[in-house]
Amino acid sequence: MSTRQFGEPIARNADAALLRGEGSFIDDIDLPGALHAAFARSMVARAKIRAIDTSAAESLDGVVKVYTCDNIGALDAPLPLLIPAPDLTHPKTQRPLARDDVFYVGQSIAMVVAVDRYVAEDAVRLIDIDYDPLPVEMDLERAVADDAPRIHPDVPNNTAGRFRVETGDTDAAFAQAEHITRVKIRLERSTAAPLECRAIAARWEAVTGELTVWDGTQATLSVRGGLASLFQIDEDKVRVIAPNVGGGFGQKIMMFHPDEVLVPLASMELGRPVKYIEDRVENFIGASQERTQIHTLEIAATKDGRVIGLKDDFLHDTGAFIPYGIAVAHVSSTSIAGPYRIPNFRVTFRPVYLPMVQVTPYRGCGRPHACYAIERAMDQLADELGLDRFEVRRRNFIGKDEFPYPREGLIFADGLQVIYDSGDYEEALEKLRQAIDVEGFRAEQAAAREEGRYLGLGLGFYVEGTGLGPYEGGHIKIHPITGKVYVNTGLTDQGQGHETVFAQIAAEQTGARVEDVIVVEGDTGAFEWGVATFASRAAVCSGNAIHMAAVKARAQIVEAAANMMECSQEDIELHDGAAWVKGTDRKAMLAEVATATNPLRYAFNEPSKSATQFAPASRHDGPPLAEGRTPGIEATDYYSPPHATWAFGAHAAVIEVDPELCTIEVKRYICIHDCGRMINPTIVDGQVMGGIAQGVGGAFYERCEFDEEGTPLNANFMDFLMPYATEVPNAEIMHSETPTPLNPLGVKGVGEAGTIPVAQVYASAVEDALRPFGIAPIREAPLTPDAIHRMLKQARTS
Amino acid sequence: MARPTARKELIGQSSDPRVPVSMTVNGERVEREVSPRMLLSDFIRHELRLTGTHVGCEHGVCGCCTVIIDGKAGRSCLAFAVQADGADIRTIESVAAPDGSLHPVQQAFRECHGLQCGYCTPGFVMSIVDYLEDNPDPDLSEDAIREVLSGNLCRCTGYKNIVAAFRRSAELMRGSR
Repeated sequence: MSTRQFGEPIARNADAALLRGEGSFIDDIDLPGALHAAFARSMVARAKIRAIDTSAAESLDGVVKVYTCDNIGALDAPLPLLIPAPDLTHPKTQRPLARDDVFYVGQSIAMVVAVDRYVAEDAVRLIDIDYDPLPVEMDLERAVADDAPRIHPDVPNNTAGRFRVETGDTDAAFAQAEHITRVKIRLERSTAAPLECRAIAARWEAVTGELTVWDGTQATLSVRGGLASLFQIDEDKVRVIAPNVGGGFGQKIMMFHPDEVLVPLASMELGRPVKYIEDRVENFIGASQERTQIHTLEIAATKDGRVIGLKDDFLHDTGAFIPYGIAVAHVSSTSIAGPYRIPNFRVTFRPVYLPMVQVTPYRGCGRPHACYAIERAMDQLADELGLDRFEVRRRNFIGKDEFPYPREGLIFADGLQVIYDSGDYEEALEKLRQAIDVEGFRAEQAAAREEGRYLGLGLGFYVEGTGLGPYEGGHIKIHPITGKVYVNTGLTDQGQGHETVFAQIAAEQTGARVEDVIVVEGDTGAFEWGVATFASRAAVCSGNAIHMAAVKARAQIVEAAANMMECSQEDIELHDGAAWVKGTDRKAMLAEVATATNPLRYAFNEPSKSATQFAPASRHDGPPLAEGRTPGIEATDYYSPPHATWAFGAHAAVIEVDPELCTIEVKRYICIHDCGRMINPTIVDGQVMGGIAQGVGGAFYERCEFDEEGTPLNANFMDFLMPYATEVPNAEIMHSETPTPLNPLGVKGVGEAGTIPVAQVYASAVEDALRPFGIAPIREAPLTPDAIHRMLKQARTS
Repeated sequence: MARPTARKELIGQSSDPRVPVSMTVNGERVEREVSPRMLLSDFIRHELRLTGTHVGCEHGVCGCCTVIIDGKAGRSCLAFAVQADGADIRTIESVAAPDGSLHPVQQAFRECHGLQCGYCTPGFVMSIVDYLEDNPDPDLSEDAIREVLSGNLCRCTGYKNIVAAFRRSAELMRGSR
């Protein structure tokens, strides 16, 4: 083939419109006559509601309706538990509007619908809610005590369930241990903070009985299924569209946030389009968060640093509810051994209710926690045994010849066994070591210390189970008039560049130009089979499905073109938007091929003249559409992965710490990443760099803070320190490409990767930098200037 | 669903007073009567339906709503429409040529993969257009560029490609002078 599309750093199809300000984000969509919703939210973490008085709000000019739990009919019930699990013994989900009780600051109690958002917010302030506050326990470890106040009266110890995963014989491994390393680590609560907050608009058409919902969700098909179920409308009467969505990072996979059911309800009742555009404070108090876990980890090793066993017990803050099941904690538990053989391990964990907004996946989904725990332990093991931090890892890696590497008895978040499919971890670490020039750095570090400057080297290695099932589909069709290639799948895009990488996959097979491939997703009206965008699965699941459909379309094009140009199929090649007879300038444009394969009655243009019933070229015996054939060039296929495919990578950083100001400066940040074959290296780099930036936030800046009563203290961008360009290092990103044998394209997921090891890398580097001060090992993320100050002070006094 | 019922008359309107406001937006004179508390960002987006200006925080931190007000980049969420009475405003919709061909800054973002979801992008473009118009020969060191960009948040890109886009913008604009 003369033009490669797969693997090329092609500029994105979507960019020009977004750059001109012509994107269509939800609040950009003009819905004439639309009403606007705003929510009254709990000001108290845990309370009984004595009374709600909405009369003043209802009588305000411009208010159309005020909803409370008393006038939402059948919706006044706990929302679905999306992912049930047998050991989730005490699942609790939220009601759309609070009835009798509130469980966190920010919980929705009433929804006002008014002529504009200003009036709706005025009315919210006129709603009088009388609370009877109850005691709360905000500390994760104290919340499981027998005498801790219960959030849900029927959930003892605030514990949603007790879980255990095990592989091998952990007790036997510990009995043989020559050295045991113990660490206790803690990650803090954070939030995805997409720059477009959550948003939803709904329009009910009474005449046709159709409900159209524009939802900034990652899961249009799942939302459609849920709405059809909740409102008892046929699924084909519900259309859910996610147009341009301004970032998701997992927060928008959670469904249903209360507005996602209440806005459609209001639209149906009031006969008007209704919009709810979440504001930033609401995104901080009412939208899903993630990250707090406390792990107590022990690793059993031989004297030469080989880890033979691991025990981990952790607490997982799930917030006041657990609608997304144990997904985050489950991924943590099954990722705990990272890239290391560790044949025997046992993980026990408890998701714990705390009076804060629910926890559901945020980029990384439990992997940053597992990575921090095991990698902190590996650093400590190296220190305790007097080994180099690189060397201790090398000794424990799964070797490149040991794949597939199953972990018996471990079921991953896709319900399938954990089997690492391919990789070369040692090579990645060696690349990292060379790139950072460890020996050179040690000399530089020693020289800097002489001058009273403190440099440290940190590293972290991670694996990421990506491309989770169950499946996705791909549909491809060539338009007979324009010859443009239409591609559909059931996913949604929040900036990952699906429209370009899927176009590359389709173009590679069909010979279309990438810019002539139009990808339409995020619309249940365009394709109605599939699941959602999450778990770094788009390229793996939809990418392969589209590839498989495109292979079928290619065969159709080749066959038709050979007929049209009267040559053998072997002589046809596809490129530059046409089928060519090899070695000649004879060609049939894709539009002509698509037209010729579609028997016509009417002629609209030149190509269609030759496809009408009486045109000489289309004359043949039998029915115009031969038996068993379908018109035009069109194909659909589905890809269902046998199990997750495991990407991996290694990061290192050189960080200088100022022990006076307790600030840090990242001198170098290097990432070696492997996601199998890359469809578009530019987009892969963009995903990795964006992931690193989010990891940097979690490593040093971002934490959702609450006071002892459960009131958020920094629910805004002034106080929640999201990194600007001045805080994120200019990371050097390098790749290796170890294809997976699991799917035809050989691709693994990349969306979450960059985020996973960053907190570990910062901790490892700062610890290394401050060794001369004799600080205690770093065990918490984010690591703030405050924390550095505390550690230095502690070291001085002890 | 229940059987169809007569469509309800929506009673009442906002009782906010209306005041006249007029300004020049992207070279065009606009006049409206608006509530005195309407934000400039909402005026641009909802009254004028120029929806390329985005709103990310409504407290002046994220920079998504950046427009150029009387020749200076500013946050449209921190001003009321009435405060912009008589002002000259430029929004993202004015940046590309009328035929849609991209401005050098936009072109640079595309070449350098300086955007992912595209939500913060108009704010970055407006900040950079304003900066490079005032500073045609900018300091192109890494630190200097990052300082210029430090008024806008991006959650997708990690900024590296936006820094590259700034450098490329300066180059393209110099070339087109």
